[in-house]
Amino acid sequence: MPITCSSCGVEKAALRRPKTGDKLCKVCFFAAFEQEVHEAILTNNLFTAGDRVAVGASGGKDSTVLAYVLSLLNQRHSYGLDLVLLSVDEGISGYRDDSLETVKRNEQQYGIPLTIVSYQQLYGWSMDQIVKQIGTRNNCTFCGVFRRQALDRGAFLVKANKVATGHNADDIAETVLLNLIRGDLPRLGRCAGISTGEDGDLPRVKPFKYTYEKEIVMYAHFKKLDYFSTECIYAPYATRGFAREFIKDLETVRPSAIADLVRAAEEFRIGPDNAEQLAQPKTCQRCGYLSSQDVCKACLLLEGLNTGNPRLGFIMLANIEGNVFKLLSL
Amino acid sequence: MVKLNLHFSGGLELLFGNQKEYSVDVPHEPPSELKVGQLLVWTRDHLLTERPELFMKDKTVRPGILVLVNDVDWELSGTLDSELVDGDNVVFISTLHGG
Ligand SMILES: [Zn+2]
Ligand SMILES: [Zn+2]
Repeated sequence: MPITCSSCGVEKAALRRPKTGDKLCKVCFFAAFEQEVHEAILTNNLFTAGDRVAVGASGGKDSTVLAYVLSLLNQRHSYGLDLVLLSVDEGISGYRDDSLETVKRNEQQYGIPLTIVSYQQLYGWSMDQIVKQIGTRNNCTFCGVFRRQALDRGAFLVKANKVATGHNADDIAETVLLNLIRGDLPRLGRCAGISTGEDGDLPRVKPFKYTYEKEIVMYAHFKKLDYFSTECIYAPYATRGFAREFIKDLETVRPSAIADLVRAAEEFRIGPDNAEQLAQPKTCQRCGYLSSQDVCKACLLLEGLNTGNPRLGFIMLANIEGNVFKLLSL
Repeated sequence: MVKLNLHFSGGLELLFGNQKEYSVDVPHEPPSELKVGQLLVWTRDHLLTERPELFMKDKTVRPGILVLVNDVDWELSGTLDSELVDGDNVVFISTLHGG
């Protein structure tokens, strides 16, 4: 017996929304999904007319749906945004190729111009070359540090004044949990923010902060959006840790748990002692990009690579992060 | 036998010999209908090529894998107890893979 949509009362329901429990048909789901993203954008003043927004695009589900929905809302509500797709090519042969092809198709499908920046071009090293040098043990650390800065550097290249990323509610709930477990109060206080770096020159915004991963994937599926999922060949199956697993288990038992975790983190008030630890934004003495230290993490790692002593850069990085686990793993 | 079309995506196909579409005949004795819970076990034992723990956890799919029966969320048809008949389409999408 098909269930009727609880919104229009006419069409057959196609999914149960995890956040609300509503049983909606495809059309009513699309409308609710888009409206909620629109409200998140308006309520939090994420954009201003005339903004040139670089949408971090990996070809994966989150960024593909983000590019599609931002382009749609920009037209529907006349935001006046100048959208550009920005992809990072880590230089991992056989891995990024297919996702970059997907982003190139998205460029055509959504009519948003695409720029691809490569690690090779930005840092002088591709991930394949780095792995050749250091092996596959700590390569994810290099890749993570380089990727974060690559979006900023790429955004400057395309003259964007904002970066939008596809981080969703599940991602944020996971980060909240990890910061809680690590006792990292400064990060706990700010990780649930919908935008970061307003004081710096390049704010980052997360329009999907309240959007469940399940709904993003359902939206992409029902709309037949063209996305690509893959596992990095250097870390297959390693992308999700115990915290993600735990979040998904929680969601199964109580679907509102993800939204509740995000809301809980928003309500945290970080005391003055910890607030001081929120490093004031500085710029790296070497490359000039935003950094919490005198020399940014990317430059530390690069120094190790370029002097033929990659371990050194890694140890310096683990030291400034106070990351005992990373030091132990050396 | 129940004739079904199975579709694996979102990276899940990597566990199924990198094949997205399967047309299968699943052995089943009437009079009761075949249920998705039974299909999961059969799929794991007959189609899955590696790492069963990434597909199933206990008696159900690993949390984070979405299931649709005839393009409808299985949460609307009784999840594991959803009944299947000849010609049904079952879609499995992983939300756990990266981009
Ligand atoms: Zn409806
Ligand atoms: Zn630097």
